Amino acid sequence: MSQVSIKNLWKSYGDQTVLENISLEIEEGTFISLVGPSGCGKSTMLRMLLGEESPSKGEILIDGAPLAPEPSADRGVVFQRYSVFPHLTVFDNVMLGLEFAGSPFLSRLFGQKKKAARARSQSVLDAVGLGQACRKYPSELSGGMQQRLAIAQALVKKPKVLLLDEPFGALDPGIRAEVHEILLSLWKETHMTVFMVTHDLSEAFKLGTRVIAFDRARNRPEERKVYGATITFDHKVERKLAPLHAQSA
Amino acid sequence: MRRFINRHPDAAIRLLLILLPFVLVIAAYAVASSARLAANPDDKLLPSWTQMQQAVDRMAFTPDRRSGEYLMWKDTAASLTRLGLGIGIATVLGGLLGILQGLIPYARALLSNFTGIVAMIPPLAVLPILFIMFGLGEVSKVVLIIVGILPFIIRDIAQRTGEIPREQLIKAQTLGASTWQITHRIVVPQMLPRLIDSVRLSLGAAWLFLISAEAIAAEAGLGYRIFLMRRYLSMDVILPYVAWITFLAFALDFALRLLQRWAFRWMYRGEGR
Repeated sequence: MSQVSIKNLWKSYGDQTVLENISLEIEEGTFISLVGPSGCGKSTMLRMLLGEESPSKGEILIDGAPLAPEPSADRGVVFQRYSVFPHLTVFDNVMLGLEFAGSPFLSRLFGQKKKAARARSQSVLDAVGLGQACRKYPSELSGGMQQRLAIAQALVKKPKVLLLDEPFGALDPGIRAEVHEILLSLWKETHMTVFMVTHDLSEAFKLGTRVIAFDRARNRPEERKVYGATITFDHKVERKLAPLHAQSA
Repeated sequence: MRRFINRHPDAAIRLLLILLPFVLVIAAYAVASSARLAANPDDKLLPSWTQMQQAVDRMAFTPDRRSGEYLMWKDTAASLTRLGLGIGIATVLGGLLGILQGLIPYARALLSNFTGIVAMIPPLAVLPILFIMFGLGEVSKVVLIIVGILPFIIRDIAQRTGEIPREQLIKAQTLGASTWQITHRIVVPQMLPRLIDSVRLSLGAAWLFLISAEAIAAEAGLGYRIFLMRRYLSMDVILPYVAWITFLAFALDFALRLLQRWAFRWMYRGEGR
């Protein structure tokens, strides 16, 4: 069964068509890289997957059920910037997701629940290599550490789908490679579906198991308004370390 | 020769430059005062340091002949109570309404134009109405301060709330947060230090409204006293009072800044990195 299906999806703003006729079946555990020139609607696609915007036509299903029309806990997200909360320590940033779920009014956990949440947060932070930085505030972290924190924050909720919006765009190349490794190993462990928007082709092929490109089929000035971008390239990347169904079976 | 914008004074010269305007003003006053007093010992316009010191002694450290009270402390307490109540209430209301207006689209539609218009009403023009509605007592003075600074605080906080990156709000929703949880775990904690900034910016206006209200109708208060003393041309009292008010205003501002640094360390951590 395929986990995310996008069916005949169109998106337009006013009479400007941005995306046209997008259909995709995405299997569970796929790492999708979505590439394309600027303005091709790849970020719009991500916002629709996130529930921040809704499609003009067509639908998106997760596990056969239509997507909630607003962001929810089954989809985690990491943006290029501003994904972490500056007023909370690294540890509290991760705890937050568990506190939201466990305590609707106070958003604070007590006793046994708190203990369990702390242990879980610590293990996720260790997994992204921030175990030693728990008490720091985001402003004290480097860009790479902030992005790792944003990943940890999302992972602690065990989302069905992890959405990444140019997550490494602001990082130095060395740091970027480092975070790539962490992300790949987490993806292999958790076996979740990842949907990454990037403009870096080598990154797309390095991380993704399936690379999809959006582009406008018709790009003459008078056509730009009426015709949107659509899928022009859909390629499965053969992996040396095929993670699919390795652990989860 | 380096350009002027690239030239910085060293520590000693910097200190000298900082002190210079203060010294100049004090010196100019001393010269003018002694010149006038030499010509006419009964001159009241520019009292000497000793005269002012005697006045302070009379107002602050000698019980009043009629009431037995220490007038300057009584005035200070009365004024600070009004100011504290006014600023306190405006801060709480302004924080709440500002966050509502900045975060909830329905509240924004309901409130933002209304507060925008209300903010344009000159508060002092409302003062007669307040006197009629609340009488000449404490309430009307406190309400004037609230009316004077609340619209600014609401609009400032609404704007700051709107400046919270959309990424943060989306992220919180993907962590399963409800509107209430987003409000009290994400927005309020980040707006508290902004609220202090907002209050600091309102302090000048708050003092203005306090002194105006006291000047018109009061039985005690710093503003009341200086306007009362004006009738007797008692510059020897007015000048120390003005200095005292300035000091209080400065101290309040400084205390708020310290509070902000101490209570919201997350804003300042890693600053120098």
